[in-house]
Amino acid sequence: MSAVGGASVLEPDLIETAAAPPVSVRRLLRTYPRVAVAATLLLGLALIALLAPWIALHDPIATDPGHALLGPGAGHPLGTDELGRDLFARVVWGSRVSLPIAFVAVAVGLVGGGSIGLLAGYRGGLTDLLLMRVVDALLAFPALVLAIAIVAVLGPGLRNAMIAIGITQLPVYARLTRGQMLQLRELDFVAAARALGASPARLIVRHMVPNLLNPLIVQISLSAAMAMLSEATLSFLGLGAQPPIPDWGFMMNTGAHFLENDPWLAVGPGLAISLAVFGFNWLGDALRDALDPRLRT
Amino acid sequence: MVQYLVRRLALMVPVAFLVSLAVFSLIHLTPGDPAQIMLGEEHSPEAVAALRHELGLDQPLPEQYLHWIGRAVRGDLGRSVRTNQPVVEAIGERLPNTLELGLAALLWSVVVAIPLGTLAALRRGSAVDVAATGFTVLGVSVPNFFIGILLILVMSVQLRLFPPGGYTSPTESLLDNLHRLVLPAITLGTVTTAVNMRFTRSSMLEVLRQDYIRTARAKGAGWGRVIMRHALKNALIPVVTVVGIQVGAILEGALVTETLFSWPGIGKLAIDSIFGRDYPIVQGIVLTVAFSYMLANLAVDLAYAWLNPRISYG
Repeated sequence: MSAVGGASVLEPDLIETAAAPPVSVRRLLRTYPRVAVAATLLLGLALIALLAPWIALHDPIATDPGHALLGPGAGHPLGTDELGRDLFARVVWGSRVSLPIAFVAVAVGLVGGGSIGLLAGYRGGLTDLLLMRVVDALLAFPALVLAIAIVAVLGPGLRNAMIAIGITQLPVYARLTRGQMLQLRELDFVAAARALGASPARLIVRHMVPNLLNPLIVQISLSAAMAMLSEATLSFLGLGAQPPIPDWGFMMNTGAHFLENDPWLAVGPGLAISLAVFGFNWLGDALRDALDPRLRT
Repeated sequence: MVQYLVRRLALMVPVAFLVSLAVFSLIHLTPGDPAQIMLGEEHSPEAVAALRHELGLDQPLPEQYLHWIGRAVRGDLGRSVRTNQPVVEAIGERLPNTLELGLAALLWSVVVAIPLGTLAALRRGSAVDVAATGFTVLGVSVPNFFIGILLILVMSVQLRLFPPGGYTSPTESLLDNLHRLVLPAITLGTVTTAVNMRFTRSSMLEVLRQDYIRTARAKGAGWGRVIMRHALKNALIPVVTVVGIQVGAILEGALVTETLFSWPGIGKLAIDSIFGRDYPIVQGIVLTVAFSYMLANLAVDLAYAWLNPRISYG
């Protein structure tokens, strides 16, 4: 029930769950409209990122000091920044920075943490004890503090921010996967497959991993929200994206200096971050309700 | 309970060792010579060598670690590269400011979240419930620096009710100190308010379904008495543990909130030190935060075991 370090007594992986069958996407969307709405919102954001060159009519990087700090109006729906760049274009192109970073950071956490969890949960014993102490040590740091410490030594920049955020995501996937594996390995179908001569690799990949997918899908959505927030925070602090990259967090950092006369410089990108994070959180919540009713709150 | 405490403390030992090792390694993960990076290009090779010697970087790694941890347990975390002030002293000067901000944020969060969470549970499905539930999702989705910026925009720039930042010591002027505390405390407390409200609501819904609530009602107790005497007391058990866990969220949020509002706590010191390449300060703060967080979690687990003896900790 408990763990050392930053472990919470109420984390989802500690709540007893058992293998749940995968649900078809079509049925999921039909039965749970919240999932459909959240997925549509995120799909819209992904389309904006994909179609950025056609949606944004201005170059997000080229400066035009003659048109600096213009208010919202025709030609510049959100106005221009202190270097005369179109803010709407920068917000639209910002989705091309934030969304991929969230996915890469989640992938780092999922692959790294998931592998640790699979190994610890399957092998048990000393392997489990040692690996989980490393995970506990990572959990002993508040995630953002750990990310900032890593970026502090590696140096500011998007690549290092991605690595740092990915590392902070490791423990949650490790504990989630391990918790599920510990339950799965006691179930009859696993014992049956083992008795029929399935190798450990086949047992894990063919029989156990598919049963891990539901809680993992929920966690991926919630982690993506967390990763976007962390990236925006690092960039806001000047430790993530560096100029002239159109990053939402960094745009807010700059915009905070112009609140008196040009609040849109901070509010525009702030709304974009909030909407994207809200979409992932909402999807995660809706999926949790849909895929694992025992975790409903 | 004693057995659990001993087991829990025993598990903390290897984790504390790994945490100290990770914090120690921070300085060695820097690409290049940490002493050169800290001093910058304009310093002579002699000055760089002197700093390397002072930090013990010219020793073998295990020896460096033993030396560093030996000094750390005696309360010596080295000196700031920028100001030459002892790290412990620099942290000690700013920690009370962070504690003041953190406690104000937690207080704000509890005062808002528990009544609203309870109300949302009692009027499930009503407009209050929908608004409270919406706030819980929004509260964890909106970055706290955006909340801070919006508060500055409305409360400072438009309405001129609160200053947009800065700090006054309570010994200098308590009123001004509290006046400057309001916006950063709300900013820092919003995420925890959302989480606490969510937990209060779900925990209260769970408790209201219990037989003893029905029994209390059947015996003629009014709703007010049932809520205050029976339901809330039990519903708050998981909330207490969540509030404890939020120490981590407060420490994380302090980094951003203190920077945004120029609040001179350890969060702002950490960010300033990162940009100043003052690694001993960064190491000191990360170590302090990690151990505070570990102790807070230990306290939470113990409180949970004490409050809820039915939970098995085998």
